[in-house]
Amino acid sequence: MAARAALRPRPTTDDPRPTPLRGAARLGTPRSLRGDAWRRFRRNHLAIAGAAYLVLLVGVAAFAPAIAPQNPVRTDVKVAGAYRQAAWVEDANPKRTGSWEYPLGTDSVGRDVLSRLVYGARVSLLVGFLPAVAILAIGVPIGLVAGYLGGLVDGLLMRITDVVYAFPALLFFIVMQVALGETRFGGMLNGLVLLLVTLSVLSWTGIARVVRGATLELKEAEFVLAARSGGAGIGRVIGRHVLPNALAPVIVAAAFLAPGAIVAEAILGYLGIGIRPDVALDAPLPSSWGTMIFDGYRAWQSQAWMLIAPSLAVALTTLACTFVGDGLRDALDVREGR
Amino acid sequence: MLRFVLRRVLWVVPVVLVVAAITFALMHRAPGGPWDRVKPIPAATRANLDAKFGLDKPIWINPGALRAERDRGTVNPFVLGRAFADSQFLNYLGNLVLFDFGPSYQSRGTTTVQEIIGAKFPVSAKLGMVGLVFAVVVGIPLGVLAALRQRSWVDHLTLAVSTVGVAVPSFVIAIMLLIVLSRRFGVSPLRRPEEWDGLGRAYLLPGIVLGLGVLAVLVRLTRSSLLEVKRQDHVRTARAKGLAEGMVVRRHMLRNGLIPIVTVLGPAGAELITGSIIVETIFNVPGLGREFVDAIAARDYSMIMGTTLFYAALIALANVAVDVAYGYLDPRIRRA
Repeated sequence: MAARAALRPRPTTDDPRPTPLRGAARLGTPRSLRGDAWRRFRRNHLAIAGAAYLVLLVGVAAFAPAIAPQNPVRTDVKVAGAYRQAAWVEDANPKRTGSWEYPLGTDSVGRDVLSRLVYGARVSLLVGFLPAVAILAIGVPIGLVAGYLGGLVDGLLMRITDVVYAFPALLFFIVMQVALGETRFGGMLNGLVLLLVTLSVLSWTGIARVVRGATLELKEAEFVLAARSGGAGIGRVIGRHVLPNALAPVIVAAAFLAPGAIVAEAILGYLGIGIRPDVALDAPLPSSWGTMIFDGYRAWQSQAWMLIAPSLAVALTTLACTFVGDGLRDALDVREGR
Repeated sequence: MLRFVLRRVLWVVPVVLVVAAITFALMHRAPGGPWDRVKPIPAATRANLDAKFGLDKPIWINPGALRAERDRGTVNPFVLGRAFADSQFLNYLGNLVLFDFGPSYQSRGTTTVQEIIGAKFPVSAKLGMVGLVFAVVVGIPLGVLAALRQRSWVDHLTLAVSTVGVAVPSFVIAIMLLIVLSRRFGVSPLRRPEEWDGLGRAYLLPGIVLGLGVLAVLVRLTRSSLLEVKRQDHVRTARAKGLAEGMVVRRHMLRNGLIPIVTVLGPAGAELITGSIIVETIFNVPGLGREFVDAIAARDYSMIMGTTLFYAALIALANVAVDVAYGYLDPRIRRA
């Protein structure tokens, strides 16, 4: 029963006041758990703002060619000027004075910073989303199997989890990128494939532990016992009874995977071992915020926006993800992990 | 308790072993050798260098040496075992026990990795301490204050600041500070090399930036933990028997509420270390983090590997220290 109780609407730790009954509840109409969660999520303005920002970002990434004012790859120093300042900045050199044709200025070879930023959203969203899916695909089964079977299997899987957990993530990312960056595999899609793999193979430990904990609790629950005594096989019990009830903490943990991955991409880019810039004029993924930070850091004294723009983009995106994650945690009533 | 401590400490050994094996395997897959220069060096010199540093030996195990030793008629199992283990990886492990990480390839073998760590780590350690002290001294009182005055403006402000602190990566904050300080106020946050010798003002700004992430986590956790304790029966009992409010807070709320705080100090150690890699390069701090970044740029594999292992062992030890402290503070943990 404990697991069901975890999903029941209950004042969150932040808000001890009883939830006022409104609308349907007062009339006694049954409300679904999901509907309750959505209602609580909607009341959290920051979470809604974060979600709206992320939707906007997906739109920007999808329609990048229509939104970007310039081609993000074309280098044309003669027209664009190298290190042209942002539009509102005056400069003694007319070639460097800001122009609204290049709203955030240009980089060392005359590429438009705003356009590169717009296209960079694509890589950041891929990096935030795909590894999270892979991590769930690894972590959830491990947690379920370990928690449900228990015994030797549990001991073995959890010892592996402990060792992987102890490996400092960023150091592992760095070693992976350095070691495999120049191999054939590391060159696929300019290093994007390697980066996605790097970000996926290590971080499943948190998910596995959360799922295992929930499974341990759920497998003693009456409804699981009922399903088993009704003759349900192990696959059915896990898939239909345990997993759906263990989802709340998994969703919350997953929401926090995306910002971590986006920051990791930015850090690896800043260290110069992230994705390599694509120079093809029609490249679908010509730039990433991480590599822009790498370029910008080398030029911040002449064109500060080259560094400020991608840094702000990373910060805003992680902030939005955190708001959404916090909102989900409160809405699904999951206690902050320790 | 002794058993618990021992088990935890011994747990570091397999962790470091696995980390070493994975790093070693990955570094071996990396293209380019340690002697690659713009001008290729002659094959004979290369062979000599390989022999000198043992790079001509097999990578994981050395069955060839075992066979050769047996053919010579050796029966001593120790000698046979030593021959079998005479490989690059096992020799590296053996040297690790003696804190010998081998030569730095970038320096062409004139400096060893442990010399560089010995010279550069103190600066990083001081920086990390400044960050940690800042985070603890500011973060915990802020969290307590926010919890005691829940839903006041102090609480909202603290929550807002700590949410931003958790979400915004420290390197973005460092970059923004660097740009704002030097362009708006004309103060360069970069310091001369000699200013890093003692524990001077130089450490203040990068230390604070490094500590911000930990601070934000501490504030949030202190607040939520105290809010939980605040509503518990023993606190109500303490109030009911007429204890002064200060006494209730200190003796009944803080004592229980601060125990979970210890658990974040492990991840905090990891965050301070990885954070220092970035913060040191941005603020030009002559510490191990910057040295690590230089080694990445120069593809100095032995230095990358040595530093990775050093950091990994440090983080593993920090986690052990946290576990032990937690077991000491909360006896229920010891049985788990």
